[in-house]
Amino acid sequence: MSEFIPAHKAAEVAPGDLPAGDTESAVLGYVIGLVLAGGLTVVSFYITRGRLFWPPSIPTALIVLAVAQIGVHLVFFLHITSGPDSTNNILALAFGILIVFLIIAGSLWIMGNLNHNMLPMDQIMNMQR
Amino acid sequence: MSAAVAALRRAGETKRVAVGYGFWIFLLSDIVMFSCFFASYAVLVHATAGGQQARQLFDLDRVALETACLLVSSFTCGLASIASGRRSAVLFHVSMAATLLLGVTFLSLEVTEFMSMVARIAGPTHSAFLSALFALVGCHGVHVSIGLLWLMTMMAQVYAKGFRDDVSRRILCFTLFWHALDIVWVALFTVVYLIGVAP
Amino acid sequence: MPPVDRFWGKLSWAAIPLDSPFPLIASAAVALILVGVLAWVVLKGHFPYLWREWITSVDHKRVGVMYVVLALVMLLRGFIDAAMMRAQQVMALNGPGYLPPQHYDQIFSSHGTIMIFFVAMPFVIGLMNFVVPLQIGARDVAFPTLNSVSFWLTATGALLVNISLFVGEFARTGWIVYPPLSELAYSPGVGVDYYLWSLQISGVGTLLTGVNFVTTILKGRAPGMDLRRMPMFCWTALASNLLIIAAFPVLTATLAMLILDRYLGFHFFTNEAGGNVMMFMNLIWAWGHPEVYILILPAFGIYSEVIATFSSRALFGYRSMVAATMGICVLAFTVWLHHFFTMGGGGNVNAVFGILSTVIAVPTGVKVFNWLFTIYGGRVRYNVPILWSIGFMVTFLIGGMTGVLLALPPVDFLVHNSLFLVAHFHNVIIGGVVFGLFAGYTYWFPKAFGFRLHEGLGKAAFWFWTLGFYLAFMPLYVLGFLGMTRRMQQYDVPAWQPWLIAAAVGAGLIAIGTGFLVAQLIYSIRHRDALRDVSGDPWDGRTLEWSTSSPPPSYNFAVLPEVSCLDAYWVEKQQSGNNSDMHPLPGYAAVVVPRSTATGIICAFFATLMGFSLIWHIWWLTGLGGVGAFATFVVFAWRDQVEDEIPAEEVGRMDGLDRVARGRASGRGRPS
Repeated sequence: MSEFIPAHKAAEVAPGDLPAGDTESAVLGYVIGLVLAGGLTVVSFYITRGRLFWPPSIPTALIVLAVAQIGVHLVFFLHITSGPDSTNNILALAFGILIVFLIIAGSLWIMGNLNHNMLPMDQIMNMQR
Repeated sequence: MSAAVAALRRAGETKRVAVGYGFWIFLLSDIVMFSCFFASYAVLVHATAGGQQARQLFDLDRVALETACLLVSSFTCGLASIASGRRSAVLFHVSMAATLLLGVTFLSLEVTEFMSMVARIAGPTHSAFLSALFALVGCHGVHVSIGLLWLMTMMAQVYAKGFRDDVSRRILCFTLFWHALDIVWVALFTVVYLIGVAP
Repeated sequence: MPPVDRFWGKLSWAAIPLDSPFPLIASAAVALILVGVLAWVVLKGHFPYLWREWITSVDHKRVGVMYVVLALVMLLRGFIDAAMMRAQQVMALNGPGYLPPQHYDQIFSSHGTIMIFFVAMPFVIGLMNFVVPLQIGARDVAFPTLNSVSFWLTATGALLVNISLFVGEFARTGWIVYPPLSELAYSPGVGVDYYLWSLQISGVGTLLTGVNFVTTILKGRAPGMDLRRMPMFCWTALASNLLIIAAFPVLTATLAMLILDRYLGFHFFTNEAGGNVMMFMNLIWAWGHPEVYILILPAFGIYSEVIATFSSRALFGYRSMVAATMGICVLAFTVWLHHFFTMGGGGNVNAVFGILSTVIAVPTGVKVFNWLFTIYGGRVRYNVPILWSIGFMVTFLIGGMTGVLLALPPVDFLVHNSLFLVAHFHNVIIGGVVFGLFAGYTYWFPKAFGFRLHEGLGKAAFWFWTLGFYLAFMPLYVLGFLGMTRRMQQYDVPAWQPWLIAAAVGAGLIAIGTGFLVAQLIYSIRHRDALRDVSGDPWDGRTLEWSTSSPPPSYNFAVLPEVSCLDAYWVEKQQSGNNSDMHPLPGYAAVVVPRSTATGIICAFFATLMGFSLIWHIWWLTGLGGVGAFATFVVFAWRDQVEDEIPAEEVGRMDGLDRVARGRASGRGRPS
């Protein structure tokens, strides 16, 4: 609707919208993002193949690299910045991350405990026969 | 420009903010849905019921190719949003077509991977691990498919209506969607494929 | 297993329950009523009006009313299920009662499913729909057509559940379809599928509502209304919709996994091949607990509005209320394990979640004290809405305390899945959510329709509901301690029967109360001229919705209000004496409203086709429905004309009429 957002709130930016500027800097932003993300991807694949890392640390390293790459996507592809016009977008993202964390961490912790205390289902089924 | 036109322009901008924000929140809810599939995968990853495990099943070369396709498609999608902002139909259609091509390549790689797993008696009905794998990767694939359908619809819309305000808003939503899919893929290839084959 | 036909799937004439009297009679009754209503509408020529003004409307006020109508109709169906259960349990001491187990199981499953998903949720969402844009000084929600789609998808879900009454069967697993019972091996029929697809479809509608309202509240408030000046109902609506966005995807994912198990032979929750049944419980309650807070938070908001208005003073402790609301919003996502303490997680998880579950009672306590202090300092007018609120405070307190008791794992190990639990959750849902919805319904009815509901009949309804509730559910606490498990089709402990008889009598009183509600509605419509309110502000309200006419024009406000403080309308009224005008001499401008569209109902039509065909394995119809749904989106996206303009003169004329009416009404003195 035309008047949906009253004028005083117009100083907000839609998530994903390109920042003001010329075409060259916009394209450059995406190129930098592509190069950084590609680099992080290559490193991730390399870690799993090569013998460079102490094996038990590999999953952690991979997750760190993945988080970094997601950050690159957010900044360079989705243009999520920390400016005041982007506060609502960041808050929403933070809320989403919190929920994702609660679900994944909570489920892993709970299911870990349950699996530790309870017999696997096929063993329970065999007990009944 | 006249006051009426200025008011319309302002109204259009603010509507864009609302639509973008609403779609952003919807995407976050979609990420929450993906996180449930991730959680299930993490819980069931060792429930192979004596069948095949991750290490035996994954072909990292194919995964690398899929990743490259999706990452570059994110780049071409970015070019499409620049084109949309500059109202350049040619650049828009070229970059969207490139995105489409890369997306289709990604999907066909994934489908052939699934088919080869089924042929190796490692389909989703054989163990909980395989069910979780197929569901998680498949859910992402279904999102990509819907995205490609949407992509083609947007190309048709720009062809028919040009870069009208509402078409431009939908392009914004599409690019948000496409980039989010690549973000989910980063998590996916890390957690499923790389950690799966890590020593 | 019957052979699967390529054209008809699993559907055959055997799906119609010709051999079971109860579903047959029920279906016949429903069919008769449906046909009767449709015939009346069509023959009296009301259909064009209904289509133009309601079915294709994208006005949040119309959508809100339709949600509430859906909820009230489904309340009758859910209540009949409850009455049948109570009757069965009275009769079934050492005998089979009158309901065989396969029917009793479907009845308790449909009772829970309908009450949560098709009564409580639509009612809450309907009230939020009607009130929130008005209270924040907006013209509509952020995405009006999406709003209509949300409603119609919810209606599709309700329709599918009701179709299961006469084509096929419903789930027999309880309202939370636990595997392995809900897996194909142990529930080979279509009952669980009806449940799954009905909820997946209406779940999409609900999620879209969440997106819509968070955007509306965060982006669409009137100039000057920053978050600290927003009414309490809008804060609770914000919290509730944030929870919808966070929780409903979990429901979608978990039901999808069960669908994959049942339809494609996956092994998420099966007994074989490594499936993990406990993971279903974990995920489904990660949705299920936030769900109850989605229901209760708006009810808390209603109480805040009603108590402040009818105590003639501002809500006590606004800031602590907001903090408590947002605190509950976050904590709601940290307690879900208390639904399965007994599943074997062990001391560590039980302790942590038990503590968190007791902690979540604290912000609710803050709210209760704030309401009490509001009433204490005010001049109370004992109208029906505040009666429901006072009833809530006593009743919910009891329910909340039993909840804190259940939050302690050692206690829960004794009473989990007993009638103590059943009494607890009905206590908080009826005493908390339902009472609040009835208060809100009475409070905002005059705003929606321009006349009040009859006060005496409303009070009778309140007393019968309250007394009936206590008589129906307090015995269940005792029965829980006496060892009676939930969902029992028959039993052999004579000591239980007297309590069950008392509970049945209580259900009878609730039935009378419901009868009074129905009578109140019919009487009020018949005598609407006597109950007319032309002031737009029958209760001497505090918030912006009372500054509009009753009902408001489609665009809500002739000129968008400029808000400078909390309870801005109340302050404005005090300053300008009894002349409740927000703007002395506004300059009217043309107003743009979104155009009505049939997108919502057409989407729902294809969704119904897809749902029904998926349930019965009629795959070609599923494909057709999917194509149709996609085509609907495309047609909608191709629209060139999306808005209508209402010229400034018309806006001015409508506003002028409202001012005159208000002036006359305020000349009559204080509203009753």
